[in-house]
Amino acid sequence: MAEHAEIARLAQLAQNTGSAGSPATLQTPVTSATAAAPATPGTPATSATPATAGTPAPAGTPAAGSPAAPATSGTPAPAGTPAAPEPTWPDAASRRLIGKRISRLDGPAKATGAAKYTYDVHRPGMLYGKVLRCPHAHARVKKLDLSRTEKAPGVKAVLVLHGEGSEIQWALDEVAAVAATSEQMAADALRAAVVEYELLPHFVSEEVLENAPKTKPGEEQLVGDPEKAMAGAAVRVKGHYGLPVVAHNCLEAHGQICEWKGDNLTAWCSTQAVSAAATQFAEQLGISAANVEVITEYMGGGFGSKFNIDSWGPVCAKLARQAGAPVRLMLERDAELTVAGDRPSAFADIEVGAAADGALVAWVSKSWGSGGLGGAGSPPLPYIFEIPNRRHRHTSVPTNTAASRAWRAPNHPQACLLTFAALDDTAAALGMDPLAFVTRNLALAGARARAFGEELVVAERLMDWKARWRPRGAGGSTPGTVRRGLGLALQVWGGRGHASHCDVTVYPDGGVEAKLSTQDLGTGTRTVVAIVLAETFGLPLEAVKVRIGDSRLPASGGSGGSTTVGGVSSSTRRAALNALDLVFAKVAPRLGAAAPGELEAADGVVRVKAHPERRLPWRQAAAALGVSPVTASGANPGPGKLTDSGTAGVTMADVEVDVETGLVAVLKMVAVQEGGLIIDAKTAESQVYGGLIMGVSYALAEEKVIDPVSGRMLNVDFDGYKLAGIADVGELVVHLMSGPGYDERGVIGMGEPTVIGPGAAISNAVANAIGVRVPQLPLTPDRVLDALEKGRAA
Amino acid sequence: MRGFEYARPASVEQAVRLLAAAPEQSRVLAGGSDLLSLMKDEVEAPARLVSLQAIGALRGLRVDPQAGLRIGALVTLAELAADAGARRLHPVLATAAGQAAGPQIRNVGTVVGNLCQRPRCWYYRNGFGLLAVRDGKPMVPEGDNRFHAILGNAGPAYFVHPSTVAPLLIVLGARLAVAGPKGERQLELAAFYRTPQGEGESEHALAPGEVVTEIVVPPPAAGRRVWSYEVRQRHTLDWSLATAAVALDMQGRRVGKARVVLGQVAPVPWEAAAAQQVLAGQELDGAVAARAGEAAVEGARALSRNRYKIQLARVAVKRAVLAAGGV
Repeated sequence: MAEHAEIARLAQLAQNTGSAGSPATLQTPVTSATAAAPATPGTPATSATPATAGTPAPAGTPAAGSPAAPATSGTPAPAGTPAAPEPTWPDAASRRLIGKRISRLDGPAKATGAAKYTYDVHRPGMLYGKVLRCPHAHARVKKLDLSRTEKAPGVKAVLVLHGEGSEIQWALDEVAAVAATSEQMAADALRAAVVEYELLPHFVSEEVLENAPKTKPGEEQLVGDPEKAMAGAAVRVKGHYGLPVVAHNCLEAHGQICEWKGDNLTAWCSTQAVSAAATQFAEQLGISAANVEVITEYMGGGFGSKFNIDSWGPVCAKLARQAGAPVRLMLERDAELTVAGDRPSAFADIEVGAAADGALVAWVSKSWGSGGLGGAGSPPLPYIFEIPNRRHRHTSVPTNTAASRAWRAPNHPQACLLTFAALDDTAAALGMDPLAFVTRNLALAGARARAFGEELVVAERLMDWKARWRPRGAGGSTPGTVRRGLGLALQVWGGRGHASHCDVTVYPDGGVEAKLSTQDLGTGTRTVVAIVLAETFGLPLEAVKVRIGDSRLPASGGSGGSTTVGGVSSSTRRAALNALDLVFAKVAPRLGAAAPGELEAADGVVRVKAHPERRLPWRQAAAALGVSPVTASGANPGPGKLTDSGTAGVTMADVEVDVETGLVAVLKMVAVQEGGLIIDAKTAESQVYGGLIMGVSYALAEEKVIDPVSGRMLNVDFDGYKLAGIADVGELVVHLMSGPGYDERGVIGMGEPTVIGPGAAISNAVANAIGVRVPQLPLTPDRVLDALEKGRAA
Repeated sequence: MRGFEYARPASVEQAVRLLAAAPEQSRVLAGGSDLLSLMKDEVEAPARLVSLQAIGALRGLRVDPQAGLRIGALVTLAELAADAGARRLHPVLATAAGQAAGPQIRNVGTVVGNLCQRPRCWYYRNGFGLLAVRDGKPMVPEGDNRFHAILGNAGPAYFVHPSTVAPLLIVLGARLAVAGPKGERQLELAAFYRTPQGEGESEHALAPGEVVTEIVVPPPAAGRRVWSYEVRQRHTLDWSLATAAVALDMQGRRVGKARVVLGQVAPVPWEAAAAQQVLAGQELDGAVAARAGEAAVEGARALSRNRYKIQLARVAVKRAVLAAGGV
């Protein structure tokens, strides 16, 4: 249930983020995840740090090692007291590393295989856990006899997870688990189990709302008088649109290795929330969080599906406790696809009303979708545009499928497709270029309207839109069977930095180290922390060290909602400035400075700002610490504006469609995205590339195919579950907004937003190419040919 | 995967003996790219695997002036794609082999294995059986049949044969050499495939204990023009939704005899006799090619979700004919 609640929170907050105008606060869900961790905001976890052991200090207060200088720049000063200035980011002229294109520091380790992922962890005496899964979508366990399983060779532990009488609500849910000496023995032992099921009726096909046996209608949202406005609209356009449930497809499946030493549990866990995972293990196993260490040095993808330790986390730990040996339990691909990855579907009937000049005046929609028994969060409709008169209701449709999970930008890809397909159809009905139509309505686009406007100008240039755009269907005047088209969509996201704590230690030999429990789920978190650290100390990147991925380090939020970069860069910046102040306090007298605040660290030296010739090389400055390293903490949120919320982005697509075969080829994608102050342009661009690739993939190919007859997912491997290959994604053009108007907002996450637009942009480009709307994603030949045929018939 | 016995005979005779001892429980292992996946998913659970890897006689491609191209049972798709002799004699075949699956599969998967691979039907692959019957009813017509058959689909089989190489080899007149307990025999590739009528039946005409040892592709007849057209969604590592292989014996612009075989439309590679009749004796142009496409799908019957495949088959034939004829 915790999982449902977490997803609901994420979905709710993502929805808030989506309705422009209401301040985006994606920080909250992650804070709530962290709040349960040992260190809550204001109480930095510093126990793992030698210099601060046993000295719980308020945020930012330098602790042991500097007794003579008890409170320096880190302590939030009471109002009115002249104190050290609030932390800021360095100005553009003095940035040496921030904003540059820096290759991720762990790239070579990953490329050579030196990086050890959870899957690579092999503990001495390790056993293999395996789960007996129910093949039916809805059933009661009539009989479960594990006596032969228990006696099978190599079996060291057996757990019943859904015993006799239990109701199974989705296919591949867990019935029992074993740990055995080898994977093969575990499989053989499970095969020896005797299970009988009583089959119960299942429902798995939510595409047609009327077929659903149960629905959960949400609250109606009403603004203005949509019926009256619709009646007065010059153009009214009705449409049906939708997109199916897709999976997360983490290359590294969910799972962990659990090892007990007495009452202490170590879990090597593929998670995107290291701190929260430790708390969850403790809660579910009835032990103290102090007894749990979760380690995630590297992870092979999460995309929102790995916020929780799930049912298999405690199962693995219990098997290990029962067996008295470490146990590894990683999901097999069929289970990974069926139960551990699920973006809710969304379908909608939409009517849009616009004035003759293109002004949006009315919106009426009903949407529905599913993400398992509990349903899922509703896509914020209409997306971005606050159309003055609007009515909307979302209905959640429970299905016998595993629970939905936050999927990169929860609810937004759905909302974007549903909205921008409808708006594109409206522009077509008006005979307007969608670029002009969207620009005409930007006043309704909320707080980032101006950014959208600037980005549209850049995107237009990169796509050469105005020169190349033709009215819908007019790109088909060529004699062959291939038609070309352009499409666009806008995206919005929150991205404020989450709660994060960082300890920075300076060693007398000049070594500098940042410690925080955050995880790098592939975005470059390690690199970003190192850049902030090195920038702040005026040192080269190679001179600093970063330790992350361990729950014993100062607590940092889960990597979700694009909140990580803002959180860890802010906490690291504050901790680094605080640590630097400790060094300055020691060095100031030697440099003849009256106060530490007169010093700065840059270019490998500590110097007096007003007299740069009075300087000490960094190592000599650090040597002033004497024999003890010093550690300072930093947290986010904290003093100074280092992060913000709310990003705008534009996605454009250029496609080719063969109208005889229905094959769609994406030729080019353009993404123009803001992310406040960009820490590392290269890893930030990499996130945009990844978002586009994932977006092209779900636009063209991805779909969880659930068999209506058996209720089982049918495409449970990468053969049947189609992901776009590198040859399918076309040319990707990425532009990050930066400079005045962007940089001063602070660091804002943007790992998610660029996955939002491609579905809508590509769907619109296809409509532009072939003259008719293909109502549902993915844009496979069957759907494209069907739409063409219906278009000809109409 | 379940435990199994692994045999590695040094000769075809030994292999046949090992297979014949318990034919139902034994499987031939060449590249293993399909069989091992099926075993990992426990769709197949043979008690004995008979590996051909130690049988040197099954390796290698040979171009024989009389017999044509001889492809041993251990020749991989990658070897066929790269072989200079094959590329000279049957360039379209070499190209098709080079486009099947992906590089990793082509490097271990054999050409014979490509012909013998099991259907990709997701009911079969999920353990519902080759004919996917549940409570006495076939699951496919009521279920998700978007990739299933449009021809030869009156039941009980609804799957499609997955090979994209087989239709091409059939129009090239390929024959298979087969060794078995009763000695060696040859058969037309076209006669190798059959539609199973019961769950215990296979898609092949191999008798118990038989193993395919070689594919023999005769040299092309004078004036014969060959093409194969696949409709695939993804550029790489994807299964064709419909394939059309055509061989046209051209006299100038006029088609003499024509052979048209479709893939992925039926439980077997599907010879489109009506399309062949349309083409025979015609001056080739776009209209004739389109008529051949129409004729190829005569009698096609859509299931609930695969009507689009009729159009894809139609287009594949039209385009293959036009490409083969150089129009």
